[in-house]
Amino acid sequence: MKEFYRRLQAIGAMLQKEFLATLKDPASRVVLIVPCILQGFLFGYAATYNLAEVPYALYDESKSIYSRSFVAHLEGSGIFQRVQTLSGSAEMAPPIDSGQVMAVVRISRDFADRISRGETGTVQLITDGRNPMTSGLAQNYVSSIAASYSQELSGRTPLLTIQTRTWYNPNEITQWMFLPSLIPLLAITQVLLLSGLSVARERENGTFDQLLVTPLHPLEILIGKAVPPVCIGLVQATLMLLLSLFWFQIPFSGSVLLLYTFILLFLVSCVGIGLTVSALSSTMQQVMVYNFACMMPMILLSGFATPVRNMPVWLQYVTYVNPFRFAIDAIRHIYLEGAPFSAIAFDAVPLLMVACITMPLAGWMFRHKLA
Amino acid sequence: MRESIRRIQALMYKEFCQIVRDKSTVLIGIVLPLVLITLVASGMSLDVTDVPIAVVLEDSSPLARDAVSFLEGSAYFEPRYVTSMQEAEQLMSAQQADGIVCIPSDFSSRVARGNARLQVILNGVNTTTATTVRGYLTAGLQGWMQSYGQRTGVSGTAGSISVVGRQWFNDANSSTYLFVPGLIVIVMTLVGVFLTALVMAREWERGTLESLFVTPMRPMELLISKLVPYFLVASAGFVLCVLLAVFGYQLPFHGSCLALAICSAEYIIVSVCLGLTISSIVKKQFLACQLALFVSLLPTVMFSGFVFDLHSVPAAIRVVGHLLPATYYMEFVKTIFLAGNNWFLLARNGTILAAYALFFLALSLRLAQKRLS
Repeated sequence: MKEFYRRLQAIGAMLQKEFLATLKDPASRVVLIVPCILQGFLFGYAATYNLAEVPYALYDESKSIYSRSFVAHLEGSGIFQRVQTLSGSAEMAPPIDSGQVMAVVRISRDFADRISRGETGTVQLITDGRNPMTSGLAQNYVSSIAASYSQELSGRTPLLTIQTRTWYNPNEITQWMFLPSLIPLLAITQVLLLSGLSVARERENGTFDQLLVTPLHPLEILIGKAVPPVCIGLVQATLMLLLSLFWFQIPFSGSVLLLYTFILLFLVSCVGIGLTVSALSSTMQQVMVYNFACMMPMILLSGFATPVRNMPVWLQYVTYVNPFRFAIDAIRHIYLEGAPFSAIAFDAVPLLMVACITMPLAGWMFRHKLA
Repeated sequence: MRESIRRIQALMYKEFCQIVRDKSTVLIGIVLPLVLITLVASGMSLDVTDVPIAVVLEDSSPLARDAVSFLEGSAYFEPRYVTSMQEAEQLMSAQQADGIVCIPSDFSSRVARGNARLQVILNGVNTTTATTVRGYLTAGLQGWMQSYGQRTGVSGTAGSISVVGRQWFNDANSSTYLFVPGLIVIVMTLVGVFLTALVMAREWERGTLESLFVTPMRPMELLISKLVPYFLVASAGFVLCVLLAVFGYQLPFHGSCLALAICSAEYIIVSVCLGLTISSIVKKQFLACQLALFVSLLPTVMFSGFVFDLHSVPAAIRVVGHLLPATYYMEFVKTIFLAGNNWFLLARNGTILAAYALFFLALSLRLAQKRLS
């Protein structure tokens, strides 16, 4: 019992030292908090795939009541903003080429005749494919305007009414998808690095050897090195959570306990990776470079910006070793959908696996690196 | 003058030795860019393919099946037929379906009366997919409605409007075309800023830079001898990326090679100088690394129009975006790869980048000077 108490005391002392080493420099403290908040705001405002404004050029060959009415429908919502009115087909290319407009709407000469004859009038829409996401949305938008205007022209109830509903994100706001994913993103950019640097710094200063000759067991050193980054990660995750809840007011529909369980699991696996990387490198610079080399593919292969399902199959298998992928998946579903544990249990398995492999490996390498 | 060249040569030689010996420079400058291009070119795509859709056939008549027949054989969808809404909801929560198309039991009888209803439900957790899928599903259903109307002559009398969409510069409608040129910009930022900031901060931290100050080295010479080696590393990374993208992944290249080379050289100067500036401001490796990430990489990803269109963001963010040199380089690279030589745009962005390059050169020169006095 007394022995156990002494051990606890030793771990306590180690933790105190580690927290001091991480937080004593004011600049480092700033670096741990400010980017976190900044990143939250930037993503919150900039990360959008929603259509806000489409500057376009109109080439109306028909110049009829029908074409004017169609244009009025198109511009009615304020998304399509006309910046140019063209008078010849030769004028269509330059504004798109130079990026002045994102789309050209061309209404054919026989538009009105065809409609009054009861046939189909055509509207040509040319979009700038340098940004396929926006141009795809713009096409959908114009098609839906055309459909509703056709309906109005026919003047009777539609044959088929399509009611669409989007669950968990009724207005399809992109930020709702991105902000919850930011909770683990910060861990990956900072916690990974913090845990790696804490060992490398001691190696560079030569104090790590001193640590190894103290009565501390390698497991205790491991705990001492792992707990502070996990705590910092928890604080950052909480900040991000508060930001998305209260500033961006994204409704949280899951269980807080479940959310934190996954955050904790993810942080532990991140620290495991960070410590393993640091055990493999001998200087701080190597740690940063290796970390960075891990981080970029981890973010790309996570489904953060593009869905994992769209990747080729071999790459999808590669993502199984990426804890970030499963953290994002679990957190998005908990946050927006309120998924119970049973629905996302499979996300926990790879996270646990990574933690269970990297942590002991790092602890083992503390000692064996020296040999 | 000759003395000055000799000093620059000596220091550059030292820098090259360091680059060759340090594996991390090669890793960041050459290996990582190639890995990133490979991953992005083969893996990152916002295009929707094979989306599992649960189709609830509460009405299992041939007419109802006909209405959703466009799902079959479409590259976009993978329909799964179920008989109750409950089953479909289960599929959705188990992530085995991203959307539900529900055909109510009175569908055929109401089609006969001319006022049918149909429900489409999407999973908004993955918002981008949901938006695209909604567009495709409604278009498919409206297409059916029109062809059914024409076949049966229900809506034969009134005119309607069809939209013929054409996407320029990206006929294959593939978002990979968007991401790969964008990634080249990211890689240039990464190699220039991150690598330079890190290496220089190490020199500050170890005090080797201060010992250089007591030599007859002039600030200008110091700057040149630091700039040239990292400029070359970044250029090597750049050339490899472009070659891999064009020959390995068939990215179209429509513009002038010379224009691309000039403008890229300008941008590499901007990013290497930014790296030098960051490191001479903070002088610590950890801080330099973090600052490099938050000043260069993150804004470049977020605000340069790489993934998020600057037309869609709030005005304040758009202003920030237009302050970044990366935005102009991004526009330049996308245009020269996908659209070809639009000399107005190329010249404008090239000039802006040249101005940025001069500004950052002057800034890093000034910072080097300040330390010497």
